[in-house]
Amino acid sequence: MSTGVHTPTEPAPQTPENTGAVKRSARPRRRIDWGRVYTIAVLAWLFLPILFMAAFSFNDPAGRHNVTWQGFTFRWYQDALAYPDLNQAMFNSVSIALLTMVISGALGTLLGLALGRFTFRGKQLTNLVMFSAISAPEVVIGAALLSTFLMMNITTGYWTTVVSHVMFCVSFVAITVRARVITLDPRLEEAARDLGAGPFTTFRLVTLPMLFPAVMSGGLLAFALSIDDYIITSFVSGDVTTFPLWIWGTTRVGIPPQVNVMGTLLFLVGVVLAVVNVISSRRRR
Amino acid sequence: MATSTTTSAPEAAVEPPAQTGEPAISLEDVTKSFRSGSETVTAVTGVDLTIGTGEFFSLLGPSGCGKTTTMRMIAGFEEPTSGTVRLDGRDVTGVPANHRDVNMVFQSYALFPHMNIADNVAFGLRRRGVAKAEIRTRVADMLDLVELGHRAKHRPSQLSGGQQQRVALARALVNQPGALLLDEPLGALDLKLRQSMQVELKRIQREVGITFVYVTHDQGEALTMSDRIAVMNHGRVEQLGTPAEIYERPATRFVADFIGTSNLLTGVVWDRSGGEPWRVEVGDGATALAAELPDTAEAGGEVHLTVRPEKVHIGVAEPEGAVSRVPGTVTETVYLGSATHYQVDIGSDQQVTVFQQNASGSGLVAERGERVWLSWLPEHSYALSD
Repeated sequence: MSTGVHTPTEPAPQTPENTGAVKRSARPRRRIDWGRVYTIAVLAWLFLPILFMAAFSFNDPAGRHNVTWQGFTFRWYQDALAYPDLNQAMFNSVSIALLTMVISGALGTLLGLALGRFTFRGKQLTNLVMFSAISAPEVVIGAALLSTFLMMNITTGYWTTVVSHVMFCVSFVAITVRARVITLDPRLEEAARDLGAGPFTTFRLVTLPMLFPAVMSGGLLAFALSIDDYIITSFVSGDVTTFPLWIWGTTRVGIPPQVNVMGTLLFLVGVVLAVVNVISSRRRR
Repeated sequence: MATSTTTSAPEAAVEPPAQTGEPAISLEDVTKSFRSGSETVTAVTGVDLTIGTGEFFSLLGPSGCGKTTTMRMIAGFEEPTSGTVRLDGRDVTGVPANHRDVNMVFQSYALFPHMNIADNVAFGLRRRGVAKAEIRTRVADMLDLVELGHRAKHRPSQLSGGQQQRVALARALVNQPGALLLDEPLGALDLKLRQSMQVELKRIQREVGITFVYVTHDQGEALTMSDRIAVMNHGRVEQLGTPAEIYERPATRFVADFIGTSNLLTGVVWDRSGGEPWRVEVGDGATALAAELPDTAEAGGEVHLTVRPEKVHIGVAEPEGAVSRVPGTVTETVYLGSATHYQVDIGSDQQVTVFQQNASGSGLVAERGERVWLSWLPEHSYALSD
């Protein structure tokens, strides 16, 4: 999922016919454009696994294991919701990811604004905590969260998962927003104040619209991180099953093609959201 | 803004502020210091200013002289450490920017990039709850005034620097503020555009009759546009006066040096007793002073003088009559067509610059290395205070 969200790299338009090599020598030997080869190789490396996932959602496997190509079918798309457990897991994953996106989007925006704009006691400490939340191994965070919940006598489940996801996603949003805040001209907010807008109106009409592309990117990043998280979720989800947990559970008995179907659909949604974000931020500039 | 007229003074409610006799802006003993790390930096020290309604007033000085901080205190972005800021006689010290009846044009324009030109200009009116139809006509009128009516639906990024500048002006003026504050508004424009915008700004100011407070480091700009100028240095007002007063009669060495080209001369006071004029020995000659010497000057003591280059006459023969005269040697001549610049060494390591109009068409008065006499009228040289 997370690979699908990055902005597609645009290969530079190349016209080998126009290069000096062709004009200079009589031999029509083309020089290899290593920049283009490299770009294609990287794109292939990124997209081949996703392509396989999508392709095998159309496979018609004979046995329980969907690992070798047997034939083409649309059967699994018609039968996408055949496993109620899988549907529930998918619903849990999407709803947790959406909640994570909204909550960490709101908290991370305010955090990024504070870190980018103001000087305050504990600013360095906040930066340190944020960075350690990103760099700490997920297994450590997961185990730590579990023991925290146990110590506080909180039953793990849906909401502990949401809280945990917000906890590790909020730093990503904050860093994205902070980068944008630093490039903002503080005179814009002064201009709004000067023209009669109070602090809240200034935030609503000037600051937030200017930060919106960064808030969206941060939010999408949080969504992507949350929906495919396995390690932390496995510690704190209690008896709630998410999409990655369900897939992990079925690996021993064979993953049904419906998983590929849902994975493909999820990927397409991610692509659409990313494209919308790119277009809207381009129009904004 | 409507609030200022109603709350300033009871009698002011009936008449517009122009008739109340209150100055549009007054600063009383305003000081501003910033904390930077462990030390305190004082940006503005004891500034007293009174700016009349409808006046074009400039704050002029080099960067870091406190002119922008002074303006930001009028706008409400900085609070003075001590002292009082009044708008139309009302004490606004501590009142936030959004409740002050002044608008600002920023050096970087600070147009809202996510709004089109018309929305940018309408921003202030909408905050004050002006009726929609009225907003539409006032915005359209204002965009016509700055000749950008056809660009109303464009984004700021689609406009040139000069056009953005005019939008910033329109966005401030449309609110009909008590005063307009302009922070180096032409700083980002190229020379030609600057000059046409100077004329344009002056025209707009005459048409709308609003008080303009103009911050600049460009002395030429301040001299051509202003009714009055406050020359600032190191957080203090060095001199306050009309452009002519400041140019013709600089009060301090800093002002003489900063405004135009000046000859700064060091002389020795001959005599403090007796009647006028004071006589001061300069180089191998002497100058008479029509104006007062500073109180600190005493006979035999040093004093700093200034005389503008175009006020100095250069000639080979010793001048006659009661004029200041100093002999010297020409060290450099620069022929500029309409005028000639001379550098003259008058001894004791002092150089005098002379601008001579080439009115007679007879070429150079003196060649390099020639002995000449410099002379000027007593009322054209002044003793400066430090």
